[in-house]
Parts: sequence; structure tokens; C-alpha cells
Amino acid sequence: MAYVVDRRLNSKNKSLVNRQRFLKRYHEQIREAVSDAVSRRNITDMQRGDSITIPKRDISEPVFRHGQGGQRDIVHPGNKEFVQGDRIQRPPAGGGGGSGSGDASDSGEGVDDFVFQISQSEFLEYLFEDLALPNMVKRQLVGSDSFETQRAGFSEVGSPNQINIVRTMRSAQARRIALSGKARRRRREVLAELADLEEQEEPKSEEERLALEEELSRLNFRLNTVPFLDDFDLKYNLHIRVPKPSPKAVMFCVMDVSGSMTQDIKETAKRFFFLLYLFLQKNYEHIDVVFIRHHTQAQEVDEETFFYSRETGGTVVSSALNLMSDIINERYSPNEWNIYGAQASDGDNWQEDNQRCQKALVDGILPNVQYFTYIEIGDRDPQGLWHLYQHLESDYADRFAIQRVRDNSEIYPVFRELFKKTMTVD
Amino acid sequence: MNKNYLSTSSEWTFETIEAYDREIARIAHEKFRLDTYPNQIEIIRSDQMMDAYASIGMPVFYNHWSYGKHFVNVEQNYSRGRMGLAYEIVINSNPCIAYLMEENTLTMQALVIAHACYGHNSFFKGNYLFRSWTDAEAIVDYLLFAKNYIAHCEERYGVRNVELLLDSCHALMNYGVDRYKRPTPISAAAEALRQQEREQYIQQHINDLWRTLPRKAQVDEAIEIQKFPAESQENILYFIEKNAPLLEGWQREIVRIVRKVAQYFYPQRQTQVMNEGWATFWHYTILHEMYDEGLVNEGFMMEFLTSHTNVVMQPDFDSRYYSGINPYALGFAMMKDIRRICENPTDEDQRWFPDIAGSDWISTLDHVMRNYRDESFILQFMSPKIMRDFHFFALQDDDRRNVIDVTAIHNDEGYRLLRETLSQQYNLSSQEPDIQVESVNIRGDRSLTLYHHMHNRRPLSNDCYEMLRHVHRLWGYDVHLHSVETDGRRVRSYHLQEGRE
Repeated sequence: MAYVVDRRLNSKNKSLVNRQRFLKRYHEQIREAVSDAVSRRNITDMQRGDSITIPKRDISEPVFRHGQGGQRDIVHPGNKEFVQGDRIQRPPAGGGGGSGSGDASDSGEGVDDFVFQISQSEFLEYLFEDLALPNMVKRQLVGSDSFETQRAGFSEVGSPNQINIVRTMRSAQARRIALSGKARRRRREVLAELADLEEQEEPKSEEERLALEEELSRLNFRLNTVPFLDDFDLKYNLHIRVPKPSPKAVMFCVMDVSGSMTQDIKETAKRFFFLLYLFLQKNYEHIDVVFIRHHTQAQEVDEETFFYSRETGGTVVSSALNLMSDIINERYSPNEWNIYGAQASDGDNWQEDNQRCQKALVDGILPNVQYFTYIEIGDRDPQGLWHLYQHLESDYADRFAIQRVRDNSEIYPVFRELFKKTMTVD
Repeated sequence: MNKNYLSTSSEWTFETIEAYDREIARIAHEKFRLDTYPNQIEIIRSDQMMDAYASIGMPVFYNHWSYGKHFVNVEQNYSRGRMGLAYEIVINSNPCIAYLMEENTLTMQALVIAHACYGHNSFFKGNYLFRSWTDAEAIVDYLLFAKNYIAHCEERYGVRNVELLLDSCHALMNYGVDRYKRPTPISAAAEALRQQEREQYIQQHINDLWRTLPRKAQVDEAIEIQKFPAESQENILYFIEKNAPLLEGWQREIVRIVRKVAQYFYPQRQTQVMNEGWATFWHYTILHEMYDEGLVNEGFMMEFLTSHTNVVMQPDFDSRYYSGINPYALGFAMMKDIRRICENPTDEDQRWFPDIAGSDWISTLDHVMRNYRDESFILQFMSPKIMRDFHFFALQDDDRRNVIDVTAIHNDEGYRLLRETLSQQYNLSSQEPDIQVESVNIRGDRSLTLYHHMHNRRPLSNDCYEMLRHVHRLWGYDVHLHSVETDGRRVRSYHLQEGRE
């Protein structure tokens, strides 16, 4: 007769530790796989989890085993036409499939990749590992929901449900000792003296005894008037509401949509913007995104228009930068918002406009933003805008960074370069 | 016949499981004289089953990344529907613990109980390998000790250090078993051994002094030094545990834990065909008996036979589902065949198996189960009928020839060779490279020399450089590995020396 035990309620995830150790051990490979995934994937599913592929040889657990060669005898089932003495051509090495001897079965040296799934949060963890937002300083307190209650010691006043019993009793006891200690000691003495008198039984001590008894009743009265618990003793837990910094960020996406920007370049830019968005999302609770596109004029548009509608014409970058600083002034006060700017362009600009760009950046934008990045997409030589920005980069190293990107696969490395942790400046 | 169905629903409840278990136990014990450990049946969810998979089926096990790798792999394949989970896992312990998945239907639960709790269970209790190599009473306690000990070491010496050590031990796990039990040494021998150990201890501490002597002197002396170890040692992990110069106490203990676990699983690796065949044979026989007694209905039997047929399916070598010989299929066919030979022997059987033909099948099967392992089981009991049914054929693949020869098929000339070849296929010592500790240079550089005794000229795979690194990590000094032909010729040598590779 067997015992039947129901173990279904036992905890799951017994293997969690092992799984974490596995992830930790193959940290490097997983990170590479994640960065591959970024260049491979569509933006819309960028933040799903992912299947991670690690070459099997990297994680194999070696054992001593036989390699190819030598003489092997092996038995297979399912003979159909062979008779003893038949000779079969050796299948080409690594063939494996097909008819013939079916001999590739147990050599066990397959080099399939090891594929497994990681969750969304693990994916993002690996994606943004070692990255930090520079200048995450500005934290404006907004809204009533951004308070949190914290314990802050004890108070003499409060509501009954907040009474701290230990503190209250401690204080009551201290008070009782302070108020009645002396009287109590005296009473002990009086009682002892009275007892002495009883033993002596001398009439002359009658007077003395009366005095003592009177004192005793006075002392008793005194002691009885010391209350067990006084209002004065009550102690309450004190909670205070602490304003919680609720970080808000706004992200400006600035993109050139002039004729020279092909759909490919826009796609690359979009990836960059999206990565930045995901990254900010990890760090801020609330993010606004402002899309500004420009050719000779700048416009604030919605996301769809931003990425997919096409325009032609020349390029005046300063228009977008001016619009950006206008919007900052109107809606996103730098005191309240962490402002991030990301500009993507193929680098074309009117020669004459460069000065205005510099002015717009230096006056209207750079003093207000936490970080402004510029990526130049395309494999041409650096264009006018690049040279301009290079000057600025050295002056505003803490909040301004530029990088060049040739194609999609470079987006992620460039992104890491822009935000890597060493950038933090105090 | 009087019908008295235990149930007609396919949903299981604890009551019905108990009812089925009671009947199965009665049939197994009284009718078929199976001797089992008491059973503990545990119902678990599928994710718990995955956990159990990941820790090689044991209820408690120490942590290691490789189990995590195994786990994510199983989880992945399962969630994609690429693989089903086993219906049960059974542990060779006393009481015998069997895990049943809650997803199973009642029929499956009955099948699994018959298969695991009475089939495997009686095999664990009866087979000579399990009897002499594993301690069913103590295994769960030991694993608990191992888990705690290793967790303690991780705390004390760092997860990373323990992990590296375990990696190396796991790599050598197959070389951590005693293949042949040695007779317990007589007391004089034991004394000599202790003596030797003491000497060794002194040796290890003296060597450091000797290093400062001029090299010349060392070489002269080395000539007259006795070889150490006196005989080559097949249990490499044991040798390392006892003799590696640089290991600390806790490291030796961990080597020992891995060795013990390897030893515990060694019988299972040697009796796969028999064990599965035995269990499959008994679930088949017991459930049929239940049907004959009118305890289960036709619907039950249909469902049971469907999954039974799936389990014992053997694809042909040219099928795309072929992945070697299915141990369930072969084992089941052979067990059933032995019963047939006992009950209805043909003339052929009389010639091939004169001593079992016509005997009592229950005691014959019991004898087979107790005294054989896969290799000897096949060599002894595979009948020509089985070879014909499976259409077995033997191939010889020799790298000196550019064709592959068909050496035997299922005909009169071929039976014996076929059987021998197949039995060798289940001989672990010819399937795994035979690697032994040959010597240690105890007066010189303390290097460890391993010999790979080649079998049919088969070389080692490329893994072995990686492997040497593991051996080196445990041994601490240079490691040499020579592939040696049967005539003593060194065919190939691998070295791992300090500072260079």
C-alpha cells in the first residue's frame, strides 16, 4: 500500500537559483545575443523578451569521449535489403541524413545552437546594463500623488490607533518610579519601624506609633494618587509625508525629413529614438515624447507622421532647434522636467544656417537639457553639421554627445557609447 | 465474467488513485510475486516536473549552473510543445518515491503506478547492481547533506570557486565510479594501505624540500623510485580525492560528493534496457490482468494501449524519427519474449535456450532481473526471434576502408555476431574511452600521467584538451595523457603544462 502525497502546493521555482547561475555564467554571450537582437528586430517588438542563442560549443560540458575514426561496430534496426557482406558507400562527412548507413546517429557531436527564452525584464536588463543617464539631477516635485508616508520617530500627540505601546509603558514606568520611589522607600521604613514597635510592646511608644501610622496613611494616599498611566505618558508613532521625487522626463526627437533622408536612414533613426525611449522608460516614471521634424521649416507632429510621411526640400536645422527651445519654454519648464534631446540627421544643412544652429543650441537648448545627443547617419564623410557640433562637444562634454552611425547594426553600440556609465559627471 | 470497474471516469481523484494502487499492489505482490520497497506517490504540477528534470530527478540536489541550463532547455522545449514531459519520475530510494503529474488522466496514473511503483521499484530492489552499488535507504539523506555542504562551501569559499571545482568534477563524473567491486581488503592489506597513506602524506610534504636539490640528483633517484600508483587506477576522481597534492579538505569532500552521486547513477546507466523493459513489461502485464479480472473497462484499455504503443515504438534506421534503439522497445520485447520462451517454446528456442524453455516464467524473469545488466542480458537472452522482429543488422565502420561493411544480418550465420555486437553496444566500458591513472611523478614535477587504452583504434574527441584543463585544475600540476594501443605503443599524446598549453 502506497502513500499518496499531494505536492502540488509546494513551491515552484526550485530551479530558479540554477537558472540564475546559468544566466550569470553566460552573461557575455547573452549580452551579445541581446545586442544582435536589437539590430535584427523590429522596433515595435523591441521590448519583448527574446530567445537567446548561444553556440553550443560555448556551453558544452566536456567529457572524455570517442572521436571519429578507428573501427566501430554498430547495430541498427529495420533492415530491408542488406545481406551479409554488402558494402555501403560511406556517407559524406557531416551528411547525416539520407538513406545509406544512418550512421551519423550517435557520434553526438552536433553543433546546434542552444536556444532559450529570457523574459522582457531580463532582456531590458541586459540591453541597458552598465548604462546610466547623465545628469539625472533635476527632480521636481509635482502632484499630490508623489508623497509617501515615512516613519519619523515618535510624538506626544496622535490618534489612538497610532499609540506605541512599548514607548508608552516605558515612559509610564519611568514617571511612576520618579514620582513614587522616595515615598515607597519611606513606607518600607515606616512599616519596618511599626513592626519593631509591635515587638517591643512598650506603652511609651504609643505616641510614636500613632505618628508612624499617620505617616503611613499619608504615604499610602500619596502613592495611590500616582496614576498607572497618565496622558503625559502616551507616545504615538509619528508618520510624516515625505514628498517623493517623481521624475518626469521629456524626450525631444528631432529629425531631418528633407529629400536627402531616405526611408532607410529614417528607419535607423527610429531605432535610435526607440532605444532612447526604452532607456528613459526604465529610469523615469513619466515620459513625454515630442516629435519635431524639419526640412526648411520645423513642425511638431505625431509619431506616425514623424516616421512615415515624406517631404522634400532643403534643410534648415536651426528651425527645429528653435522650435524645440520654444516648446521647452512653453510647456516643459527645465525646473520641472528632465529634458533629453536626440537629433538624427544625415548631416546636410545650409551653410549659412550653421551659425544660427550654434546660437540656438548654446542659448536655448544646452543650458536647459540634461543631455543632447546627435547621431549622423550615413557612410558619407562628415557633413557641415558634424563639424559644427564637434566644437560644441568639447565645450559641453557633460551634456552633449555626437556619434556617427552607418547602418542598423551600429545603432546599439553607438547608443552604448553615448550612455555608458563612465559618462556620469557630477 | 463479473465486471466490477474501479471507475469509469478519466478524471483522477485521490480516492481512485488509492483504489487503483491497492489493486495493482495486490496483483503485483500476490499474483506475480514482485518484491518492492514501500511506495510514496507524489502528485506534482508540470512545472515541478520540470524542476525535477533539471535536478536529474532528485528531490533535493545541490545548485549548479548546468542544471539551470538543463532547466531552461526543458522549459523552452516544453513551452513550445516540442517535447512532452515524462509521465513519471521514480527515485531509487526507500521508500521508493514516484512523481506523478497532475495532468495525467486516470488511466495514465494507473499505468504510471504499475510502471514506476511496481516495475522500476522491484527492479531497484532486486537487481544486483543496485543492491551492491546503491544505498536506497540513505540516498535522500546523503543528497540533503551534499546540498547543505555545498551551500556552506559556497558561503565560505565563494560561489565561483565551488562552481569551478564542480565543473571539473562533473567533467570527470563518468570516471568517478568503481567498475568492479574490489574484495574488502584483509586487515594486513588495510594496514599496509594506511601505512602507504602515511608515507604518502610525508612524501607530499617532503617534496618541497627536495625541489631545491640539484636536478641531476633527482633524475638518478627517479630511476629506482617505485611506480605510483602501483596499479593503474580507473577511478580517476577517487584517485584525485585521495592523492591530489593541493586540494583542501572541503574540495576533497566535494570531489567525494560528486563521486558518490556518479556511483549512485552508475547502475541506472548500465541497466537502461533492462530497467525500462522490466517496468514496461509489468505495466503491460498488470493492466491486462486488471482487465481480465474485470476491474477496468475497454475504454481504459484502449487509452492505455495507445500510450503503451507509443512508448514501445521502434522507428527503422532510415526513418527520420530514428535516434538509436529505443530501450523501452527492446527491453519490453525481450522480457515478453522470455515469457513466451517459458510458456510456448518453439524448437528453435529449445535449441537456443534449453535451460529456460518451458520453465516457470515468473521465476525465470525474476532470476533474469536480479542477475544481469544490459550487456549480459542481451548476450544471454536475445533470441533469434527478436533479431528477426527488429530486423537488426550490424555494420562495421573502419576508417581504413572507404566503405562500410554489413557484417551480420538476422540469419542463421548472423545471429551470434549480431547479438555480440549489440551487447557490446551496451557495454559502458567499451562505449566510453578507457582512461586510467597510470602514474604520478612523485619525486619530480608531480605531474600526473593518464593512459587512454584504445579500443579498436578509436581516438579521443577534441573535447579532451578541455578535459585536461579540468584534470589539471583538480590535480594542480602538469597532466599528460597518452593514447596507448593494445601493444603498448603510444599513438598520440596530449599535454597540459603549467604556463603553456
